[in-house]
Amino acid sequence: MEGLISLAVKSIFIENLALSFFLGMCTFIAVSKKIGTAVGLGIAVMIVQTLTVPANNLIYSKLLKEGALSWAGLTDTDLSFLALMSCIGVIAAMVQILEMTLDRFFPALYNALGIFLPLITVNCAILAGSLFMIERDYNFSESVVYGVSSGFGWALAITAMAGVREKLKYSDVPPGLRGLGITFITAGLMAMGFMAFSGIQL
Amino acid sequence: MQAETKKVLLDPLVDNNPITLQVLGICSALAVTSQLSTALIMSLALTAVTACSSAGIAFIRNHVPSSIRIIAQMVIIASLVIVVDQILKAFAYDISKKLSVFVGLIITNCIVMGRAEAYAMKNPPLESFWDGIGNGLGYSLVLITVAVFRELFGSGKLLGMDIMPLVKDGGWYTPNGLLLLPPSAFFLIGLLIWVVRSWKPVQVEKADFSISHAVHGEAH
Repeated sequence: MEGLISLAVKSIFIENLALSFFLGMCTFIAVSKKIGTAVGLGIAVMIVQTLTVPANNLIYSKLLKEGALSWAGLTDTDLSFLALMSCIGVIAAMVQILEMTLDRFFPALYNALGIFLPLITVNCAILAGSLFMIERDYNFSESVVYGVSSGFGWALAITAMAGVREKLKYSDVPPGLRGLGITFITAGLMAMGFMAFSGIQL
Repeated sequence: MQAETKKVLLDPLVDNNPITLQVLGICSALAVTSQLSTALIMSLALTAVTACSSAGIAFIRNHVPSSIRIIAQMVIIASLVIVVDQILKAFAYDISKKLSVFVGLIITNCIVMGRAEAYAMKNPPLESFWDGIGNGLGYSLVLITVAVFRELFGSGKLLGMDIMPLVKDGGWYTPNGLLLLPPSAFFLIGLLIWVVRSWKPVQVEKADFSISHAVHGEAH
């Protein structure tokens, strides 16, 4: 239990997907102009991350890992090179299913998240969550915690970023830095802020 | 024909750079640039994948119904990335360990998908191939510039060879540790964008708000 809590804190703050691994940067920069949309996207990422990381964990450990197919009599089959393909497949399918489910049962939420859901398939934070899970050999319960908390960390980062950018749009920025340039520098300063957490030993 | 090839090849280098103007493929640009060697391998891998996937997608562009085109593109891209990943694991194991998940993340690199959607779906294979190479080179240019800065000033080395001897080894250069940390990549790319846009003012974005000058100038 203690291990799981420290894993959660670690993946929210210390190893924040957006600010210390730079994942999902394209959407992070593109969709952080307004707090409202940023929160919407953050929640969508969190939901998808929570579903896909454990799903990929099950598929990887029960089907693809070396020796995982021993229940079918194939003791030394190693399908782990298919991990990339299966991860992206699961993510694309999961996003599609989520979109249809929300549309059918939660129309209000669907309207709020609708436009962001397809964007998430190509958000590298989601794929990276699954790949990190494989690389670090998480078990099932760890993968659930990792999914929730890394998604939350990303949502936190993009919300904070949107808050800063909303204030920033009234500032007089040098012409060449306007827009993209100053956004990068802001993100850099935020990443420095998040580095303060890196001293925490868990 | 020749001029067209040259244009698709050279345009993405500065005038229409995928990173500084199109805002594509930033994630890996930031994460793998703390050393020149990883940046070089990553550039090579991405250029190869973009070029081949663009060509492959252009071949099948007239046969794929548009409703399933994303999945078709994904399958082509993912297969190419798996090939690249396996090659790296076989021939450059140390570097592939250092790049960790970022090779796999080429699948979701927006440059690959973006070029497939924007160019390869509308143009013949050969041009798409050159467009892929061009955009790959534009990406490589930014990656290598940032990596040279970070490795040279962060640890006094280039490709692992000592360029500026460090103080702790009896030399004269005190390394700037910040450059090896994640935030510096953001700063460097931000400054790079500033340089490019001062050079090519066409790329400057319009301000959301501007201070009215009427108060000072046009009284009366």
